[in-house]
Amino acid sequence: MKVVEAKGLPYRELNREVRRLLTAGEERLLLRGINGQRYIGAGLTGAARLEIEGTAGNNLGAMMDGLTVYVDGNVQDGAGNTMSGGEIIVRGSAGDITGYAMRGGKIFIQGNAGWRVGIHMKSREQSPAVLVIGGKAGDFLGEYMAGGTIVVLGLNTPLHQEREAANPLAGNYLASGMHGGAIYIRGRIPAWQIGGQVRSALTTPDKNAELKAWIAQFATGLNLDCSAFQRETFTCLTPEGNRPYARLYDHSA
Amino acid sequence: MPRSLIPPEFLVARDEGRCLKCKACVRQCGFGVHTDDQGRGISIDERRCVNCQRCVVMCPVGALKVTANPSVGRENAYWPASRLREIWRQAENGGSILTGMGCDRNYPVYFDHLLLNASQVTNPSIDPLREPMEIRTFLGRKPEKVSIAGPPGAERLADPLPPVVQLEIPVMFAAMSFGSISKNVVLALAQAAKRLGIMFNTGEGGMSSVLAPYREHMIVQVASGRFGVDNAYLEAGRIIEIKIGQGAKPGIGGHLPGEKVNEEIARTRGIPAGADAISPAPHHDIYSIEDLSQLIYTLKEATDYRKPIAVKIAAVHNVAAIASGIVRAGADIVVLDGLRGGTGAAPKLIRDHIGLPVELATAVVDRRLREEGIREQVSLVASGGIRSSADLLKLICLGADAVYLGTAALLALGCHLCQKCYTGKCSWGIATQDPSLTRRVDPQWGATRLVNMLTAWGHEIKEFMGAMGINALESFRGNRLQLRAVGLPQNELDQLGVKQAGEAM
Repeated sequence: MKVVEAKGLPYRELNREVRRLLTAGEERLLLRGINGQRYIGAGLTGAARLEIEGTAGNNLGAMMDGLTVYVDGNVQDGAGNTMSGGEIIVRGSAGDITGYAMRGGKIFIQGNAGWRVGIHMKSREQSPAVLVIGGKAGDFLGEYMAGGTIVVLGLNTPLHQEREAANPLAGNYLASGMHGGAIYIRGRIPAWQIGGQVRSALTTPDKNAELKAWIAQFATGLNLDCSAFQRETFTCLTPEGNRPYARLYDHSA
Repeated sequence: MPRSLIPPEFLVARDEGRCLKCKACVRQCGFGVHTDDQGRGISIDERRCVNCQRCVVMCPVGALKVTANPSVGRENAYWPASRLREIWRQAENGGSILTGMGCDRNYPVYFDHLLLNASQVTNPSIDPLREPMEIRTFLGRKPEKVSIAGPPGAERLADPLPPVVQLEIPVMFAAMSFGSISKNVVLALAQAAKRLGIMFNTGEGGMSSVLAPYREHMIVQVASGRFGVDNAYLEAGRIIEIKIGQGAKPGIGGHLPGEKVNEEIARTRGIPAGADAISPAPHHDIYSIEDLSQLIYTLKEATDYRKPIAVKIAAVHNVAAIASGIVRAGADIVVLDGLRGGTGAAPKLIRDHIGLPVELATAVVDRRLREEGIREQVSLVASGGIRSSADLLKLICLGADAVYLGTAALLALGCHLCQKCYTGKCSWGIATQDPSLTRRVDPQWGATRLVNMLTAWGHEIKEFMGAMGINALESFRGNRLQLRAVGLPQNELDQLGVKQAGEAM
């Protein structure tokens, strides 16, 4: 494995070096001393593995297609922004707009994720977009979602919910304008926490093969034991229809 | 359903003496105005008519006439028929009224108040048929200085030049997505762009695979919905355009109605078939100029700094300061889409009541960027309602490098401006995905019409230039001395930076 010492290296030089090494055929890179450099892995394709030590800056793996990016640390805003394929695995937490408009590939975050996460996620046939958050997520999760799957586990958050109390694993305006895909959040979710025109149902990983599979992949990717969740209740959110705003407009000639 | 109280907007008359009962009108109308009444003749439902003139043009014996209904009742100067209709429709449907194409209201048109100059005696005019006229244009960042390196005899540029794109005529086809218009129309635009040495724009719907042969002439767009944006798409475009706004609907998102989202479009966009394709109002990763800069640099990093990045905004009241921010954020091209800019679907009141005429926007942005000393860092593209080579040249004199054409290009393909693009029923086969309609535009036929139109424009530009005694378009850029205004008050002259007609140099 080739090591790149990134301490103090401006992002443009760092990313040029990463591109050069991958073009030269390197299959594994360790980027050491990363401290906020932006756009790492942006737009890259191929099957290489990038390992990052430190805190990756904004737009890690944006528009990436392929590559496995493993971050031993946190990531700032926009990880996996508009990504098409590949994997981003984060040992720590992620900032706002994680997975914005991603249309394929996987993002696994062990910790929490910020606001506006998974907005306008989509799905392409070969590789559905999947985002699994081990901790919890902020407001606007899955807004305008058009495809793919989001799972929020709350690994370290005990749920002793009273009726109508907010589910602490997600914020407000959950799934507003959703018109495709599915969101799974552990526990029950009161209607007021969810945007309009979203269908809410209860399930468990035991009964739902898709949910079970993504939790298993998440656990493998981060080397965690998630077996305790198999019988836990999850709320599954899906769109009621795929035209949430049809009635707002007069389409007649 | 209760009876509609709205009188028909258009009257359809059939001359029964001429009519052959061939039913061409029944087949041609996308809106179902003409119906074969099984032996009893052809009936007409005027309420469905949008006055697109397709049946009139296609009737082999000229038996049909469509005219505006002269009266809807006692409309008056304050309550025009259009407003009465809107209220009646909203009372019946409860929806925000949609429309297509650009703002059609009677606001001042600055183009029509500006006159170009010409040479007489003191400096000679040039005959463009005899002498070369330079109208080639390069879009992208221009270096402030170039340094030469290397030993004598083997000198080279010390630094690589920023990427630029060459246009043989300072015109490009504006963003119109596969979805809002048919694949045949996209192909006609692409083929014409290739033949003319200019660019077309995929719009925000992603790229249909049939466009692969035209990638050297393709601008790809990244909008808030990020439809079809992947590595291959970014690589395919010569320019990447971030769409922040559109002149027809500043500040609101895009919305391709589910009626137009068939299987192929759904696949291109990565959404379910029949779903509305929704582009949120803002990019949710851009809430500031600093955020915009990050998207610009994400795209530059993702394509290794090989492509100019354009940022398209709707012209709004604070456009000069916004454009300055966009240049400082790292954009290589700024696109200003004015009040008259077209659309496949927009709420009518938004289209008609928000924005700034592109003539003013171009003038104030160009002036501001010059004042700040950053004009050379960026190319300015003006867009929104350019109707002729004269409009184009006036915009260049006001500071544009090139223009986008949308509406004019569709007119060349047969559009009759009925403004019903959002219904997906376009009888001219342009703004529709219905295969029985889309086959009406043959891509090669369409490309030839576009090439004809712009070849004429190119020649007209050269004639204008010759008349003014200037042989390079470069010398017109921001050259307001070539313009004089008629009928404008002083403060409008000041904003345009143009002198009153009659004032000498």
